[in-house]
Amino acid sequence: MTAQGNQCGCGGCGCGATKPPSSAPADARRGFMFKLGAGLLGIGGVLTSIPIVGYLVGPATKRSSNLWVDLGELSTFPSGQTRFATFLNPIRQPTDGDSAKTACWVRCIDATHFQVFAINCAHLGCPVRWFEQSKLFMCPCHGGVYYQDGSRAAGPPPRGLFEYAWKVQGTRLLIDAGRLPGLEEST
Amino acid sequence: MNFAKATMRWIEERTGVVAFVAPLLFHHVPRNAKWWYVFGSATLMFFTIQLVTGVCLATVYAPSAAQAWESLNYIDQGVPMGWMLRALHGWSSNAMVVMMAIHMVQVFLHASYKYPRELNWITGVFLLLTTLALAFTGQVMRWDQDAYWGLGIGAAIADRIPLVGDQVRALLLGGPIIGGETLNRFFALHVFVLPGAAIALVGLHMVLIIKNGISEMPKPGAIVVPSTYRREFEERMRTDGVPFVPDAAQRDMVFCGVCLIAIVALAAVFGPFGPGGMPDPTLINTNPRPDYPFMWLFGAVSLLPPASETAIMLIAPAAGVVILLAIPFLSNSGERAPSRRPAMVLIALLTVMAIVALTWEGTTSPWSPVMDGWSSLPTPAKFTQGRTPLEMQGAVVFQYAQCRNCHELDGHGGKRGPALDEIATRLSYDQLVRQVQQGGGNMPAYGKNLDSAQTAAVVAFLATLHPDNEPDALIPGAQLPLPVGDATAR
Ligand code: FES
Repeated sequence: MTAQGNQCGCGGCGCGATKPPSSAPADARRGFMFKLGAGLLGIGGVLTSIPIVGYLVGPATKRSSNLWVDLGELSTFPSGQTRFATFLNPIRQPTDGDSAKTACWVRCIDATHFQVFAINCAHLGCPVRWFEQSKLFMCPCHGGVYYQDGSRAAGPPPRGLFEYAWKVQGTRLLIDAGRLPGLEEST
Repeated sequence: MNFAKATMRWIEERTGVVAFVAPLLFHHVPRNAKWWYVFGSATLMFFTIQLVTGVCLATVYAPSAAQAWESLNYIDQGVPMGWMLRALHGWSSNAMVVMMAIHMVQVFLHASYKYPRELNWITGVFLLLTTLALAFTGQVMRWDQDAYWGLGIGAAIADRIPLVGDQVRALLLGGPIIGGETLNRFFALHVFVLPGAAIALVGLHMVLIIKNGISEMPKPGAIVVPSTYRREFEERMRTDGVPFVPDAAQRDMVFCGVCLIAIVALAAVFGPFGPGGMPDPTLINTNPRPDYPFMWLFGAVSLLPPASETAIMLIAPAAGVVILLAIPFLSNSGERAPSRRPAMVLIALLTVMAIVALTWEGTTSPWSPVMDGWSSLPTPAKFTQGRTPLEMQGAVVFQYAQCRNCHELDGHGGKRGPALDEIATRLSYDQLVRQVQQGGGNMPAYGKNLDSAQTAAVVAFLATLHPDNEPDALIPGAQLPLPVGDATAR
């Protein structure tokens, strides 16, 4: 360690000579070069990070509303019944595989009124199951229970099931899908 | 011989490697540092195993949502020794977490984090966080149903962050849904970012260990005084210390050897973890559970009171990290002996007990309904003998209406609600009717879901549920809705 103290300190020249007495113009030039280097690196760094940050945070700015998905013929959802339905997520990526599939519960109140519930429990997102006999949705994770209209019946969920917007087009039922339903939709 | 020596000298002159390594191997450590000190080495050994097996697995694993699950099954069944590598990676990861936890508790109990080893502790805390992050992202790599719904839970928690919840969730998932980009994000974390961070932190941790030395066994009355500690410690090491190799290292080696053999045996006997069901979100007959390092969190989240759970879920983890980081600054001098720090011993004990208890709760999860209880459990014969047709009909309704999913009969069924074997000794006929119809105390109201004949039948059945020698519940007062156990249930 002490040996280095005697070296010239010019970083990598390996000359091992003692530090030469500095002359003023050389010092000034060295100071300028250093600042120039720092500045150039700084600019280069910013230029490099713009695409990197943009690439990584891009998904957070993706918006996806009004993507209407066809759930099927109205006749597959008989009046007074709640049926399981699946669809392919409209914003899927080529590498999604099975995970692009999405499930939901369709409750047909009468021929023109529906409720389409997200499969995800309003507590922490586990898949709820419909029990026709007791007309309840039950969640396997922490025991959330919902009535057939999606309202909270028991357990930790802070609210009822999330619902998709739906519309009837001709003889087909469409929902506005495209994201995992979340709390911000409660407002 | 001479040639070997000459070669060594040639290398040494150009690299200085011996001069660099020798002090690391032969530095003096306290004579009394006995078996207490082996857990850090074991953690490091398991980390090394993780690196090696992880790189091997990456040679076959397909980090793509469409193929990850299949590629894991291929590793298990198609690649020679593939199942064993997955088993080693899984078992060694659990062992790493356990060893790290024990190491941390030991350091806490012995107050080894006091001057001058505050930063040893802090790098350790960051290593803990990195390791847990590796464990969580590793669970995602399995890309089965548990991984998918576990991510869903993570996303749902992120969603509850005020204002930016939506953005945080999208950042986490790499988009609005759990999909291909989600897996690849976690893959990048699991194989590049986190191992890199862990290696850097381990290096730092080691540098600090060498710089500050290994702390002595705490002695009551041996007080840490920052102004004189280092000089006195170094003096004691010079006069009374023993070289790390072989005096201390031999114990590390024995312990690590035993651990390693144990993990290889566990891996060979019990095999790899998962992959569970295929990651198709439309297969909803699933019962998502986290891996063991997170079972206590799962338990905690299930037991939190709903009113405050958002606040607790978001604040508690951050608060926990801040407290861990603050420990060496709250007290960095004075006594180290556990016998002189009873409050700290109590804190450690309570923390360990809480984590063990929550892990147990999470594993048994009594709050979860037994989803197929209604269709798969037999009605106990003793509850059907000598019953009227109406009561028998009630027993059928009881199964049919999924009551059994949450209520036990004869020890079988859900534990979410109270067991009903003796319900008639606690609730009168009228109270039973009201409880069934209106629910309450965390039970849904069945009023709209059962017709009056069904309600009459099921209540008639419930009214028969009491031991022969005990009377029915008396006519009620104004209230007495439920046994306390249920009213306070989650
Ligand atoms: S996720 Fe459904 S109750 Fe917690």
